[in-house]
Amino acid sequence: MSQPALVLQDLAKSFDTPAVDDLSLTIESGQIYALLGPNGAGKTTTLRMVTGLLQPDAGRIEVYGIDVARDPIDAKRIMAWVPDEPMIYDKLTPREYLAFVGGLWGMDPDVAIRRAEDLIGWLGLEEVADTRCQGFSKGMRQKVALAGALIHDPKLLILDEPLTGLDAGSARQVKSVLRDHVARGVTVILTTHILDVAERMADRIAVIARGRLAAEGTLDDLRDRSRSGETNLEDLFLEVVADAAIADAETAGAADAADRAQPTEASSDKAAA
Amino acid sequence: MQAGSLTWFGAHEIRLAWRDWMSMMTAGQRRSERFAYVGIAVLALGFLALAYGLLAGPLAEGVTADTPTFVLMSGLYALAFSLMVPQAIESVTRAFYARADLDLLLSSPVSERTLFTVRVLAIVVQTSALALFLILPFMAVAVMIDGARWLAVLPSVFALAAIATSLALLVTFLLFNLIGPRRTRLVAQIVAAVTGACFLIGTQIAAIMMFGEMSRVKLFQSEEVLRIMPGVDSVVWLPARALLGEPVALLTTTAASALLLTVVIFAFAGRFGRTVLIAADVGEGAVKARTPGRFKCRTPKQALRQKEWRLLKRDPWLVSQTLMQVFYLLPPAILLWRNYSAETVATVIITPVLVMAVGQLAGGLSWIAISGEDAHELVETAPVSARIRTVAKIEAVLAAIAVAAAPLVLAIGIVHPWVGLVCVVSIACASASAVCIQLMFRSHARRSQFRRRQTASKVSTFAEAFSSISWAGFSVMAAAQSLWALIFLVAAGGVLLVAYCLSPRRA
Repeated sequence: MSQPALVLQDLAKSFDTPAVDDLSLTIESGQIYALLGPNGAGKTTTLRMVTGLLQPDAGRIEVYGIDVARDPIDAKRIMAWVPDEPMIYDKLTPREYLAFVGGLWGMDPDVAIRRAEDLIGWLGLEEVADTRCQGFSKGMRQKVALAGALIHDPKLLILDEPLTGLDAGSARQVKSVLRDHVARGVTVILTTHILDVAERMADRIAVIARGRLAAEGTLDDLRDRSRSGETNLEDLFLEVVADAAIADAETAGAADAADRAQPTEASSDKAAA
Repeated sequence: MQAGSLTWFGAHEIRLAWRDWMSMMTAGQRRSERFAYVGIAVLALGFLALAYGLLAGPLAEGVTADTPTFVLMSGLYALAFSLMVPQAIESVTRAFYARADLDLLLSSPVSERTLFTVRVLAIVVQTSALALFLILPFMAVAVMIDGARWLAVLPSVFALAAIATSLALLVTFLLFNLIGPRRTRLVAQIVAAVTGACFLIGTQIAAIMMFGEMSRVKLFQSEEVLRIMPGVDSVVWLPARALLGEPVALLTTTAASALLLTVVIFAFAGRFGRTVLIAADVGEGAVKARTPGRFKCRTPKQALRQKEWRLLKRDPWLVSQTLMQVFYLLPPAILLWRNYSAETVATVIITPVLVMAVGQLAGGLSWIAISGEDAHELVETAPVSARIRTVAKIEAVLAAIAVAAAPLVLAIGIVHPWVGLVCVVSIACASASAVCIQLMFRSHARRSQFRRRQTASKVSTFAEAFSSISWAGFSVMAAAQSLWALIFLVAAGGVLLVAYCLSPRRA
């Protein structure tokens, strides 16, 4: 069996409240993996920890067997990250941006140029390739950022809401490019609120709720586990999230009850007196 | 207050402006609000004490309505105006280009005319606010000592702000029609900065050239200036008479400014929506790169350096804002040259100014490279160590500084090798200190927030200034081969140490 693309083990991160709570997950290589969850579930925090943008409070992250904490540079070399708000330079053209990213990843300039031309073609950026990115639409910026992520041929591509804001044509182009890369062995992890995208594109799906893994598997796995026999992802997702919320409330209730049952120091003192 | 009315919108605008200002003062941290209030109160008390010290004597002697008084009042009025015009141009530009809530407001059933009127009046209030903050303590002292007539300062300031805002609207609409919406934004910002600086610096330079002092008051009161001024009955002195509380003059100037503002509002209100739409449409429209495909780099360090240089080269606004800091060093340079050129060699006089200028320039450029990273997540997820990233950015800054300073340093070195050597060492140290301060106070910001960097961290701003001053002092003393250079050396080190202790990195 091939090496997993990503292994998360007991991952935790808190800000004021826990954002990611004891999350363990293994993602096999060469597939599209969708990370779903309600707003604030901890999806982006998880991915930012994987890419090294956030330090986990606890737990371990391995990318293709490389420990991200121990060897971040090697891990970064085979990863690419596209945030939901594409960060590109307004004063550079897409071609220059790609050359810059190629340089950052230490690519041979000639290889970077060839690869940039391919990506520009695949993503339909030919007409704007020498135009500065200032004034580009969100969709166009997203495509430039995606091209930047793909230029160094990453083994693991992580995308936060990659299709939000794209028109139908652009979304199709992006999906096709992602599928092509997966067919060549690249692993794609994406978060999305468009459940239809996850349903159609993802090989496996994980649902995260309140920083924890609420469900994981193929769409069929999730359907099989459904109590209510739901078959579409939207209903399944809502069921899983609701179950997670109930389980959380029950855990919290049990903890409160245990707290109440435990005599406080003061009451123990009183009892002793 | 009826929803959608002029006053309702006015209250909304003022609330937003206040919160925006407080957020700037507290660097967006609500916990710092109390400190900000205390700081403002302390500053106000300081201004009151200063005002009392400056005005108590002259006011006790009595203020007469003669030409010297009129010249002084008009000069101060013009100074305030030169501060208000750039501020108003900035605000007007922002009103057209900053999308913020414009989409929401323009899609609501509220009339465009009401929106425009409220925005313009808000600009008048904002423009008056800073001037009032500086002037109010002086007015309070004047009222206490010389009577209620000085309350006329209040309507006079609003009148001045109304004129500045009208002028700003005229300039912006004119630019919009002449050079198009895309260039207007940049040109308006540069016009604002240059007009503000020109009068302030120009009067200082005139004072220095005539009297060897930076005092503008001395210029306004000089024989030479008074000789060419019109008589006391001239209409030119109407604003000065208004400031002194003469009812007819006050009424005339206030009414005239209100009339001007009303005419401008009526003339342009109908075009507001259309202008905003055009500005949004064009945005920062498409610009073809002049040198496409020539971005070749073999290492991450090279890529980062080239990126920094290319972005700087392509951002004239950023460069103009950075160079503007240097522009303000002209008066002290001329003062030094005028007062000491007879006794000292010129190179010794130029050196501290050059060091100070480079220190300031290095501060601005380091902020741009270190904190103003538009794609910091991209750079941070690259397989490049934090050390290499930082070193590459520092190299980009230092190389830019070296290119800018080299011709002058070379010229100094040819004339006086020792002063040239001191100059090189001081410039290197001033630049390195500025970079260190920026590293201590580094943050994640967009380059477009450059102007806010000084309000975001006041400690770093002061540290940068004191560090540049210390290195400038060191350079002049070392060039003169004085042991006092050691004192400045210690001071420069002290500034860095204090900055380190106060930096969030350490906390």
